[in-house]
Amino acid sequence: MSFFTFKGDIRPSDAKEMTKHKAIVELKPQKELVYPLSQHFGEPAKPIVKVKDEVKRGQMIAKANEFVSAPIFSSVSGVVTKIEPRFTPTGEKVDSIIIENDEKYEEVEFIKVKSIDTLSKKDIIGKVQQAGIVGLGGVGFPTHVKLSPTEPNKIEYVIANCAESEPYLTGDYRRMLENPEELISGMNIILKLFDNASGIFGIEDNKPDCIEKLNALIKDEPRMKVVAVKTKYPQGAESQLIYAITKRALKYPLAPKDVGCIVNNVETMVAIHNAVINGVPLMERVVTVSGDGINEPGNFKIPIGTNHNELIEAAGGLKENVEKIISGGPMMGFAMFTTDVPITKTSAAFLAFTYDEVAAVTPSACINCGRCVSACPSRIIPSRVAKFAELKDSTQFEKYSGMDCVGCGNCSFACPAKKHLKQAISAMKKLL
Amino acid sequence: MKYNVSASPHIRSKITTNSIMLMVILALMPTTIFGVFKFGFNALLLIVITTATCVATEYIYQKMLKQTITIQDYSAALTGLLLALNLPPQAPWWIGVIGGVFAILVVKQLFGGLGQNIMNPALAARCFLLISFTGIMTDFSVADTISGATPLAEFKASGAISEYSVMDLIIGNIPGTIGEVSAIAILIGAAFLFKLKIIDYRIPVTYIGSFLIFIILFGGNGLDPTFIAVQLFGGGLMFGALFMATDYVTSPITKQGQLVYGVCLGILTGVFRIYGASAEGVSYAIIFCNLLVPLIEKVTLPKPFGKGGKTR
Repeated sequence: MSFFTFKGDIRPSDAKEMTKHKAIVELKPQKELVYPLSQHFGEPAKPIVKVKDEVKRGQMIAKANEFVSAPIFSSVSGVVTKIEPRFTPTGEKVDSIIIENDEKYEEVEFIKVKSIDTLSKKDIIGKVQQAGIVGLGGVGFPTHVKLSPTEPNKIEYVIANCAESEPYLTGDYRRMLENPEELISGMNIILKLFDNASGIFGIEDNKPDCIEKLNALIKDEPRMKVVAVKTKYPQGAESQLIYAITKRALKYPLAPKDVGCIVNNVETMVAIHNAVINGVPLMERVVTVSGDGINEPGNFKIPIGTNHNELIEAAGGLKENVEKIISGGPMMGFAMFTTDVPITKTSAAFLAFTYDEVAAVTPSACINCGRCVSACPSRIIPSRVAKFAELKDSTQFEKYSGMDCVGCGNCSFACPAKKHLKQAISAMKKLL
Repeated sequence: MKYNVSASPHIRSKITTNSIMLMVILALMPTTIFGVFKFGFNALLLIVITTATCVATEYIYQKMLKQTITIQDYSAALTGLLLALNLPPQAPWWIGVIGGVFAILVVKQLFGGLGQNIMNPALAARCFLLISFTGIMTDFSVADTISGATPLAEFKASGAISEYSVMDLIIGNIPGTIGEVSAIAILIGAAFLFKLKIIDYRIPVTYIGSFLIFIILFGGNGLDPTFIAVQLFGGGLMFGALFMATDYVTSPITKQGQLVYGVCLGILTGVFRIYGASAEGVSYAIIFCNLLVPLIEKVTLPKPFGKGGKTR
């Protein structure tokens, strides 16, 4: 039992056993790689290469023109063959740079740093920005923006989001077990930016091995602490994790910095370590491949831009009767209509299911049971809000705090009448 | 290869409306079986007839209006069973038929079907029968074995109970409607629902708690244990608080609202039982509070996460 928790949750079967014990396997891409110019929150990046240009691994191929944007790097050496719109895992068509892999892996020179003590705060943020790092948990918010609050002295907590509360996902878990030093180094780098902050690793209490491992490794780090948070969904949601650890309630629409917190997930912190210490920009990430529709589930470290088909092949291929494929977790991920799309910065997982639970259910009348109310971490009344959304009644929708919905999907999961509550609420939120 | 595309979440819990209804029906089995064994064949006949009438009424209504047939969700069957358990064991069969048609047609379907009714159909039908056929509905005698008045009515009339011990009240060795007599059988069923998290403690606990406080303060018998036992177990309170007041559709969806609702029920039941003409007051209190639910929900809208919370 852990006291570090919040109200409003569900306990889905976590389904992590399938990939939990699968060590991260490195994957080399084969043919063409596709780099969408918009794989982060904010302005799309601007290409700085032309068709027929030769590029090296680690070379910037698109730059960020705005502050809230992120550059993109080639993860292989080869030739730019096309710049054209291509589909992304979320189903949008986005201008993309296509690079033919020459399989030589010629690299640009990465400049290593001996110690972060030689770097100023500005240098660190600059290195993170120049490495194209964005939140790798799914939203893709540019990390350097997060690290540049107007009042850095007021930041009291740097939180490593090690909750990984989405079912099936084990990438962060494997990272914590296999690369804990890099995670801690990432934390160390961020702490250097915030003099008054302590670093907290918020880990769900179903991962005692990670808690033990990190505790052993940080025993000489006075500014760092591991906090075991309760295992429940959505523990990994930013505001819920902040509340569980600090008891500070993040008001909609404030950002974590407004309550003195900076939150980054495991994969992002490892990327920060690589960028600042090794000088390596964001070119690869860990992806969990799981679900009953995949032959050999596992965790893969894979260059960004690699086609999903290559990832699937590495995981033993899809079973014949797959009904649904998802980029990300089952609660907040995106259903894909094709596997012919690239891995992007925010592709935390690829899931394949032989049975689509959503297609199998028929929504029926609401019986007012209140399960959605109990499940809602935003503490609104999803059934009512969804009804107002269906009626397009924006006044009542806002009065019942529909805009506070974080889109975690708990209400739809919990509903015995199988109503698509979250979907209705999200659609209305987009309209307003 | 074609894949299904839909918005997240992509997984759903196993619980369904059907399974909830079925579990409540199962939870009613201890008290149903107790009632049938205690009161005999007529009780069983009433249960079967009332349940069948409810299901048939829903089917015919939906068929005639060309609506989707929803009898397979067990909600009509549950209403029928609940109504039957609220009938006197010797009531004639046509009481079940009239009650069943009223519950489903007037109270449920005319208001829009499952989830739309503003009153508990089974209880509204019971109140309708109670007003229309008062004689039949208040006669609890069974042949020569059981005399006519419930302990609650007897205590109200004479200030004491003659034939029954407190133990009889708890076990259910008393006159009453088919399903309300045995506190133990009711509690066993309710425990099952608590365990499955189908019902929540809020409504029953605040209901029974505030009722107890009310009757101790205003009942005129102070802490007299017989009086309290009769009030708790001698009438319909246990059945009403655990199986009728907890009906999802007609109780508040907000957590705070459920507490307010429970307190309202407790006070009203106390008022009806102590100051009213009849000894019983549970059914009317629940029906009345059903009507207060929209108001209660309005004043107990929960604060969204972070609103009013500490920021720094």
